[in-house]
Amino acid sequence: MAIFECAEIKKHYGSNFALNGFSVKVEPGRIVGLLGPNGSGKTTLMKLANGLLTCDSGEILINGEKPGKNSKMIISYLPDKNYLPNWMNCDKLMDFFADFYADFDRQRAEVMLSGLGLDRKQPIRQMSKGTREKVQLIMVMSRRAKLYLLDEPIGGVDPATRDYILETIIRNYDTDASVIISTHLISDVEKILDDVIFIDKGKNVLFSSVDDIRSQHNRSVDEYFREVFRCSGSY
Amino acid sequence: MNWQFDNNTPIYTQIVSKYRFAIASGELKPGAKLAAVRDIAMEAGVNPNTMQRAFQELERMGLVFTQRSSGRFVTEDINVIDETKKAFAGEHIKRFLSTMAGLGFSRDEIMSLIGKTMEGNNGNF
Repeated sequence: MAIFECAEIKKHYGSNFALNGFSVKVEPGRIVGLLGPNGSGKTTLMKLANGLLTCDSGEILINGEKPGKNSKMIISYLPDKNYLPNWMNCDKLMDFFADFYADFDRQRAEVMLSGLGLDRKQPIRQMSKGTREKVQLIMVMSRRAKLYLLDEPIGGVDPATRDYILETIIRNYDTDASVIISTHLISDVEKILDDVIFIDKGKNVLFSSVDDIRSQHNRSVDEYFREVFRCSGSY
Repeated sequence: MNWQFDNNTPIYTQIVSKYRFAIASGELKPGAKLAAVRDIAMEAGVNPNTMQRAFQELERMGLVFTQRSSGRFVTEDINVIDETKKAFAGEHIKRFLSTMAGLGFSRDEIMSLIGKTMEGNNGNF
């Protein structure tokens, strides 16, 4: 059974359709890139999957069920903004996650935090933006979830930190779990992806394995994306 | 191993080539034990499924083998390694000849150029 399935979902804000008949099926054990230009519906899709928004029409199924209590138990979600309480330090944050999620693996989080060389008593508000993003990702990846939904995990950080974050992702997901990563920094994530979804104007315009794109088009996903989404208009 | 990848071919095929070369050149010795797939994937910065696929391909080619419970090893079959070496040489020579032909060199000119280049380097290359 697919771990994540969307059937013809639509969601509009005012007169704009953020998602306009989006469908996809993601199987367990895959790392999938959700790739699309700005405003193509990536974040809306993530929010719908997490039950933070509801669809106008169509259906989302997580492990066969609609978003709700059961789906929240198996999805580990990294939103596109920092949501950690500023006054907490890492120790408190781990208590917090352990309270909320039965699948939180504290030991895994401790190993990763000590790898970062962080003072665990330092409050989050005193950390740099990059460090906050790392801490947040460590918390999210320390859950033994079935589905990780990561919205722009490498958006605002330097290339070395990007490598660290990508390594954290591949080191920690279980082989029967799936990871969906939304981003437009394709060349950075391409090496860790099994499959890609190209999303444009709220529709799934391509779902393919990275190997197939490379062998059929003799180019990287990044180059192929630039070709598919070339901005028209002359100067 | 150098974990740079180019953009034109699937990553798993590039990993297969890197291992073929490392085994053919003796950088990886016959019978050497290989690290776990996830560890190598981490080192290379690639998806573990991609690394797994590359090793399945290498296994199919007879260049590595899995021993239940003890891990994955480089083949000890010298013939297979030798064949790989020859296959590599063949591929390189074909590529070289097609570039030279593209530049308009004849067979004799190519041979004489190779001779001169080798002499110029005092027979070393």
